[in-house]
Amino acid sequence: MDKKTLSWSMHVLLLLVAVFFAFLLSLSVGEVSIPFRDMFSVLSDKDSMEYGVLSYIRIPRTLLGFAVGGGLSLSGAILQGIYRNPLVEPYTLGISGGASLGITFAIVAGLHLANALFLPLAGFIGALATIFLVYALSTRRGMLEINRMLLIGVMISFISSSLMMFLMSVTSAENIHGIVFWTMGSLNESNNAMIGLVVILSVACLLVSYIFVMPLNALRLGEENARHLGVDSGTTIRILFILTSLLTGACISVAGIIGFVGLVIPHIVQLWVGSDYRIKLIASFLSGSVFLILCDVAARTIIAPNELPIGVITGIIGGIVFIVLLSRSEKHSKFVQR
Amino acid sequence: MKELLVLDNVSCGYKSGFYINDINFSLSEGIFAGIVGPNGSGKTTLFRGISGDLSLHKGAVYFEGKDFSELSLREKAQKVAIVSQFTEVADITVEEYVLMGRMPYRKQFQFFDKKEDVEIAHHYMHLTNTYRLKDKSMAALSGGERQMASIASALTQNPRLLLLDEPTSHLDITHQVRFMNLIQRLNEELKLSVMMIVHDLSLAGEYCDYLVMMKNGRIFEKGNPVEVLTYENIEKVYETVVVVETNPVSGNPVVFPVSERRMKEFVEKTKP
Repeated sequence: MDKKTLSWSMHVLLLLVAVFFAFLLSLSVGEVSIPFRDMFSVLSDKDSMEYGVLSYIRIPRTLLGFAVGGGLSLSGAILQGIYRNPLVEPYTLGISGGASLGITFAIVAGLHLANALFLPLAGFIGALATIFLVYALSTRRGMLEINRMLLIGVMISFISSSLMMFLMSVTSAENIHGIVFWTMGSLNESNNAMIGLVVILSVACLLVSYIFVMPLNALRLGEENARHLGVDSGTTIRILFILTSLLTGACISVAGIIGFVGLVIPHIVQLWVGSDYRIKLIASFLSGSVFLILCDVAARTIIAPNELPIGVITGIIGGIVFIVLLSRSEKHSKFVQR
Repeated sequence: MKELLVLDNVSCGYKSGFYINDINFSLSEGIFAGIVGPNGSGKTTLFRGISGDLSLHKGAVYFEGKDFSELSLREKAQKVAIVSQFTEVADITVEEYVLMGRMPYRKQFQFFDKKEDVEIAHHYMHLTNTYRLKDKSMAALSGGERQMASIASALTQNPRLLLLDEPTSHLDITHQVRFMNLIQRLNEELKLSVMMIVHDLSLAGEYCDYLVMMKNGRIFEKGNPVEVLTYENIEKVYETVVVVETNPVSGNPVVFPVSERRMKEFVEKTKP
């Protein structure tokens, strides 16, 4: 095994250990505290209250954190790669705007009262509609134009948020509360089937993304250079865009808007492991999972027994960490250039 | 000599209106060819037509006797390597960057780099004197070093033909000459055919065996440097007054620009 393979394996191993401990922490902390050492005995005693807390509340919630954190971070890493723009994240492309609009519409129309499942469904349809719009409007003469796509994504975000404001201004206070609450994001999802779906989708997308790992590596040199190396840049970008959009759409529909994970985590991971996608994809996924699980723990404990919206935590922590790293890496890169 | 690349009545261009038309020439194997012409005469467009980045409007490009447009991207990348005018500045080490040149030879799901690939990359890094920069980031290199790294990466593709788009335009004279000498050596020792866009006519005259001179999207003249680089041709194509002399060492044409003021003085002095 050469040096690179060894170092990559160590990184993955380290992250898996981190995921494990984040899981343990997330399962143990809360209104009912369950110490680490009791975790396994609790899980074998199906009649205890702790078992109920774990299996009905904390395990699904932690799994959702794992899937959404990993999914958003993976999407961010891939999108930053295909757009070759470090500021792109799943939300820049209008996907969250579309999902929010879908949800707002569902709440205003009262669909959520009929069946709770209509809410994520509406979010997902909104996300899909945006993806389709962005994709269609950015395709000219059969070619997908990357910069155009970015601008159209941003514009669609603006339009959807304006439409959302409009809907909010004509609806009842109760509905506004529901909309705002959803917008802030939460891992509190009671439908296990939905959680299972997001987990499966996240892991599946991680696996599928590895089919395109070398084309992604080549795309670091630009679309045209990648093509000169024999990579079908257009097809790669197309498939990856659709893949990440579906994943993001699903994550947002279930967990609401959780910002910064898709933007900040891939950056931090790149500073740590380098820009080779063979390690960056899995490292981004696992780091995103750890980050979101830990943020959720913070959201649950800071003002316990009440709960902070998780989007608030990720925004504050992510933003600060990002600024600190950016100012540090700038010094670093100047030093290197000299 | 076997024909390597044949352009048969090629026309291609952009929807915005710029086209190159009726391009006919052929390059034999092992040639060192140069493309010259003023800005906007269609040199880069010609390259994009050959590489397949622009689809041909008319005519065809044949490579080793086969229609080049029918090859897959991967097959093209095994035959022709392209070094663009600007090397992308990515956060990637020089070694990783050069290794990307093995991309067209990777198996579909080959996850790790083969030992053989790494060896080829290292070989060309030694040859271009970039091995010492192996672990540096591409972003931290100077223009000359970056250009050398991109040559190493292109050579790692093991191409039959190397296309270079103005590779020396932002290098100082030391690096220009070093670069051109390297390309000349590769051309001779590896029997690698080279076609390059050159701005500096004297460099083109000194290093190339064959020149294609373009004007307004058409070929104005083609042939060996002595035939192409005459002051009449240059004045017509570039609309500039020049003096063409012979390099006393190599016997190749050298092109001197003449300033407007000196030209006036010269004309006055020589008036009867």
